[in-house]
Amino acid sequence: MKIASSLGPNLVRALVLALFAFVIFGPLLNLVLWAFAERWYFPSKLPSQYGFTFWERVFAPRGNAIASLGTSVWIAVLTVAFSLAVAIPAGYALGRLKLPWRSAILLAFLLPQAVPNLPVYVNIAQVFYQIGLAGTITGVVLVHASHGLVLAVWIASAAFASIDGSLEEAARNIGASAWTCFRTITLPLAAPGLMASAIFVFLESLDEFTGTYFVGVPDVTTLPLLMFNASMGGNYQIASITALLLLVPSIGFMLVVERFLKADVLAMVGR
Amino acid sequence: MSSEGPSRVAHSAPSGGSAAAKPPAWGGQTPRWAALALVLPALVVVGLFFVVPLLLSAVGAFRAADGSFTLAHFDKSLDLYSRDLIFTVAIVALSTVLIAIVAIAIAGYLTLGENPRAVAVLRWLYRWPLFIPFVVAGQVMRTFLAKNGMLNHVLIGAGLIEPISAESMLDWRGIVIAFVWKQAPFVTLLLAGAMASLERQHIEAARNLGAPRWRVLIDIVLPQVRGTLLVGLVLSFVTMLSVLSVPLMINPNSPTMITVDVAYRINTFADYAVANALCLLSLLLAAVGAAFYLRHAVKRVETGS
Repeated sequence: MKIASSLGPNLVRALVLALFAFVIFGPLLNLVLWAFAERWYFPSKLPSQYGFTFWERVFAPRGNAIASLGTSVWIAVLTVAFSLAVAIPAGYALGRLKLPWRSAILLAFLLPQAVPNLPVYVNIAQVFYQIGLAGTITGVVLVHASHGLVLAVWIASAAFASIDGSLEEAARNIGASAWTCFRTITLPLAAPGLMASAIFVFLESLDEFTGTYFVGVPDVTTLPLLMFNASMGGNYQIASITALLLLVPSIGFMLVVERFLKADVLAMVGR
Repeated sequence: MSSEGPSRVAHSAPSGGSAAAKPPAWGGQTPRWAALALVLPALVVVGLFFVVPLLLSAVGAFRAADGSFTLAHFDKSLDLYSRDLIFTVAIVALSTVLIAIVAIAIAGYLTLGENPRAVAVLRWLYRWPLFIPFVVAGQVMRTFLAKNGMLNHVLIGAGLIEPISAESMLDWRGIVIAFVWKQAPFVTLLLAGAMASLERQHIEAARNLGAPRWRVLIDIVLPQVRGTLLVGLVLSFVTMLSVLSVPLMINPNSPTMITVDVAYRINTFADYAVANALCLLSLLLAAVGAAFYLRHAVKRVETGS
């Protein structure tokens, strides 16, 4: 009796979960099929031939994908370096020091979150075109950094704010200079948070599309732009392989995100 | 926040508030101008590369070729693209509503579900699209929802539709599906986090009194996490409003979203004036949500909660 009565709900639950799994993984599976499809003609359900021909094309030493991957990673590294260089002092001041006009400053760092970015990209592209920064790595890095920075400031200020102030006081009391104290006590303690913000900014830059689309043309082709061009050109295999490359860091980060961001941090949002 | 991956931004709010509660380590010895000097470089970057272009957009939308004030660009925008404006609002609004429903359902089950295995599976499942960039989501949906895509094959295979009635969903439906697929996990993550930190007593008490789970969710849990839900939805709304890749890849033909029109005005005519007018109109659409979000966020930081 008991077994029979619990079978119904269990079945429904399993069916709903299976349906949900299809919604999440179906689209991704379709992408993987395209990445390995040698031939796939309408209206067959599955590719008629699988293979690595397109992979060889994508990963050819002189292929566009390798060059774009290089460009993307280089831009992301520069963006992280630039963002953290200005975000660490700002995060320290916001998280640790008495700051005049604090709420106005916070507002400035929240703004890029709350405003559609398209007008910004369009006009920055126009300005960069006039001063010769359009289509350069520097121009793209500046655009990426102006957004990555905001994110880095937030995470850095949270990281600095969570440090126990008495440790710093102790160091200061036995005669450490402010700089020594920051370098040997504060910075190492905030390192995990700063690392998290570096990863965030890196991913953000790696995946960025719209800003690069307007500012990077015609000379800077990042991986998302290459994927977009291949897709719009009807080359689904190349687009899917490039998309898979972009998925690796995104999904990797998704799997470890809870190590960086605990539920209580998430709960702070919007309270 | 870039318009292509912004959702990953909001997870750590600025927690300056908690710092205000603590005495600063050597803040007493640090002059206020020194603190300002530390913030200044970051402020300059945001000012130069975000605020200034934003103001330029507002100026450009009202300036005629000879530099005088004009409303002609708005006339032209509304003339050519009022249908797309409505289309944009409808798509983004519908997506936001669907995201809310999905996020509440999943986060609610994660919080109140009584089958630990189902909860664990769901928790593992729902977040896969979380950090997938919009441009990749666009490509993924472009193949999945096509006439010959996997969705139609599965529907036909399950006997739910006839092969003859299989149709491409690469129109407004495709955009909405891509948006919900990509953004719902983000709102769910925020919401589930907020729900997990609630006091369990009220929930347990209501459950013990025999209230069904959906009543507990709507009457007890949801009112306590309303703020988080609204912030997640506002951020999603603003984000979707400025996504270019998804509409460009799924539904580039009219009626389409304003972002596609902006790109078209610039790439085809170098017509920055109308592009800026269109941008300003979409800013107006976002303004209400943005104002709500900024007020909320600053208030939270100020009160140090």
